[in-house]
Amino acid sequence: MSVQTIRNVFSVETGYRLSDDQIVNHFPNHYELTRKDLMVKNIKRYRKELEKEGSPLAEKDESGKYLYLDFVPVTYMLPADYNLFVEEFRKSPSSTWIMKPCGKAQGKGIFLINKLSQIKKWSRDSKTSSFMTQSTKEAYVISLYINNPLLIGGRKFDLRLYVLVSTYRPLRCYMYKLGFCRFCTVKYTPSTSELDNMFVHLTNVAIQKHGEDYNHIHGGKWTVNNLRLYLESTRGKEVTSKLFDEIHWIIVQSLKAVAPVMNNDKHCFECYGYDIIIDDKLKPWLIEVNASPSLTSSTANDRILKYNLINDTLNIAVPNGEIPDCKWNKSPPKEVLGNYEILYDEELAQGDGADRELRSRPGQSLGPKGSRLRDAGRTVLTTWK
Amino acid sequence: MLQEESDLSLIIAQIVQKLKGSNLYAQLERQAWASLQRPEIKLESLKEDIKEFFKISGWEKKLQNAVYSELSVFPLPSHPAAPPEHLKEPLVYMRKAQGSWEKRILKSLNSMCTELSIPLARKEDDATDSQSHSLGQPPCDAFLRLLDGRPVGEQKELLNKWNEMGTDEPDLSLFRPVYAPKDFLEVLINLRNPNYENGDSLSFRTHLGLIQVPLKVKDIPELKEFFVELGLTTGQLGIDDSTQVPPELFENEHVRIGQKVLTEQDSAAAQQYVRQGSPTALRAELWALILNISSHPEDILYYEQLKTNVIQHDLLVDSLIYKDVKLTASNDDYYFVFEDYLYQVLLCFSRDTSVLSHFAYNSASPPKSYIRGKLGLEEYAVFYPPNGVIPFHGFSMYVAPLCFLYHEPSKLYQIFREMYVRFFFRLHSISSHPSGIVSLCLLFETLLQTYLPQLFYHLREIGAQPLRISFKWMVRAFSGYLATDQLLLLWDRILGYNSLEILAVLAAAVFAFRAVNLMEVTSLAAAEAVLADLSTLKVMPLLQIFLFATVT
Repeated sequence: MSVQTIRNVFSVETGYRLSDDQIVNHFPNHYELTRKDLMVKNIKRYRKELEKEGSPLAEKDESGKYLYLDFVPVTYMLPADYNLFVEEFRKSPSSTWIMKPCGKAQGKGIFLINKLSQIKKWSRDSKTSSFMTQSTKEAYVISLYINNPLLIGGRKFDLRLYVLVSTYRPLRCYMYKLGFCRFCTVKYTPSTSELDNMFVHLTNVAIQKHGEDYNHIHGGKWTVNNLRLYLESTRGKEVTSKLFDEIHWIIVQSLKAVAPVMNNDKHCFECYGYDIIIDDKLKPWLIEVNASPSLTSSTANDRILKYNLINDTLNIAVPNGEIPDCKWNKSPPKEVLGNYEILYDEELAQGDGADRELRSRPGQSLGPKGSRLRDAGRTVLTTWK
Repeated sequence: MLQEESDLSLIIAQIVQKLKGSNLYAQLERQAWASLQRPEIKLESLKEDIKEFFKISGWEKKLQNAVYSELSVFPLPSHPAAPPEHLKEPLVYMRKAQGSWEKRILKSLNSMCTELSIPLARKEDDATDSQSHSLGQPPCDAFLRLLDGRPVGEQKELLNKWNEMGTDEPDLSLFRPVYAPKDFLEVLINLRNPNYENGDSLSFRTHLGLIQVPLKVKDIPELKEFFVELGLTTGQLGIDDSTQVPPELFENEHVRIGQKVLTEQDSAAAQQYVRQGSPTALRAELWALILNISSHPEDILYYEQLKTNVIQHDLLVDSLIYKDVKLTASNDDYYFVFEDYLYQVLLCFSRDTSVLSHFAYNSASPPKSYIRGKLGLEEYAVFYPPNGVIPFHGFSMYVAPLCFLYHEPSKLYQIFREMYVRFFFRLHSISSHPSGIVSLCLLFETLLQTYLPQLFYHLREIGAQPLRISFKWMVRAFSGYLATDQLLLLWDRILGYNSLEILAVLAAAVFAFRAVNLMEVTSLAAAEAVLADLSTLKVMPLLQIFLFATVT
């Protein structure tokens, strides 16, 4: 079901009620996670809450940055936070920022700026129309651009990971083992003369495939396993494992952040496309979450991957291929996981007394020997470090 | 006994001679002089004290590694009166075959030049029109310096583009690779020993395969002995590090030993160690240790010099290299990212005259040509390309897997060069060496015929000689056919055993694995289809099953 249809299904006006044997593939208010502005808002709120409770997760370092929850680049909503943004911009005037429209996808409408004047024009327009209601379509977010991405072969890339959520309360999510990296076709350069060249900066396939050097055989895509092999061989096993652990951490934290506000309709499941960028210090950053990740394929391998993705997703969401009953406890047996592995299962975690997080090394099937059990909560902080 | 001793002293003398010219010798000398200042060195026992000092400071280890490295490539001792050709290749008919193959390659190269009216090397004046060389005048290192080379503007451009040569290549549509592996296979098929007469009658001993030369190859019992560390009772990376096996059983201990080997910096120990596979994090350093590559400033400088050479002069082989990379690595799921590294390495490689020294033990000889008008005069003979190696279709795949291990260009270059002069050159020259491609083909066919006779016969009957399919795998050392992590495990063993025979064994193991499907095909095309995709194969289990677990 598309996002549009979901909106209609769950809207108050239609009065449509899903019956027990109907399961849909989106949560009613998924946009709390998948719209760029709402995601940032929820994460900021989550962080403040943790700080208020005095949770060790919200610990900050000397410069005021969160130690464990700093995984989203500094972001402001426009036009609402325009003045806050200008203050921040003036603190570091040589920084580059990226403007993204809140509700769009596939890299549409994105551009980079490094001077206030480039958006002053935009903001001036909005100021004059400040009396008009701001329609959500015109809202933008502006984030600090990560201008030191990890480069392989001199090219920028990002990670696309698929995460399936079957319920938010208790949180149960699965990570697809076969994510991939999307490479730009053009060598990366932070030089200001190339700020307008989207082929250098944006990794969306929708954009790259119009580039001159786009190759249809491999599509500029690498598997996550390739990335892992490359990083282990050139940088060592510990930092690579740490990187992947951090990636899992930020996915789980982002889901935890929106769990309280998410309408946990028992008819719903959702498969998200997470976009993550790794910078040259091997720190992962969460860029955005997509509610409708592209399921079309650009290469042969891609088609196989997406086919298996859909297959495994449906196996988990709808058990045994029978007519579903939404009242089931949403705990699929291990065999149907396919290429998914359990990322976080709140029920299991709480059921064992202390909070535990089940993570296993990507590329390996989950088994009692393969998973490493750690104590989340207070003691996990040392291992996360 | 006496013969052995004199052989040994001959080898020692030769190695000493070789090392005397090396950088290590100068360093050792300097260290020895500097050590005289130390209090523990006494005049009475000067020799022993200095030896002791070397042992403690690790210099003895470096010397050991250098000697070991020389021994690895050292050709087998032969009769002292043997001419140098024997060192390259003892069998006359093989030498002749290699010679005529080389002539063919050169002819092909020359005719491409004439067709496209492109000189083998470009020398252009800034001011005047290009006075291109024609075919009689290929350049070499010294010769190149006499030329003016590329125009300055173009040089600057190339320097700027050095890191992204992949994006703006010249028009390559008219170029084609000089030869492809299947052309080479035809030559090998027609190889015959004129002294060997096996009679016309067919017996069950008749070799049914394509290769018809009588070389000695190992059979499975001998291979079992040779590859004893791959046995079922020994831990292996590639098998015993999979998910179901707890790491405490093998993997952790193995990694610990690996780290110890690295701290000891012992080449021989490293070579022994990687026979059981190398952990991904340690592999780059282990291979560098085995190949005795260390990044001294001189090596980096040498690489930079080669780079300058590339920028200043243009060679025809450059276009061949571009074309090859574009055809192979750029389309590969694993290696497309490293396209620019491949150019950087291969363009420098073709100008590296130090590679010429490996022709002393390579049956091939570098193409030589004479400056126009001076035919036959040795002083005017030059090698083309400067390193004597003409790339063929798929050549760049030798470099591509190494990009996963080394991201620093000069180190990547050195590793590749060493791998080439130790192993890869044997895969495209005709020789009787046990690791040479001819022996590998024969080993493959013999294994298949002896242990899978039904399959072999069936494939032969439908016109799908197995070698026709597996040849391309072996020539490329499986690069581009296996998944990269599996390929690196395979190359671990090549380094560990200092032999390429494992390629033939793996090829046979692949056929054995897919035997059931292959028995049902009825044409060469169908057989190719069954064996088209090897990317899901796990190398080590296949090898183990074939060598150690099959009932023979």
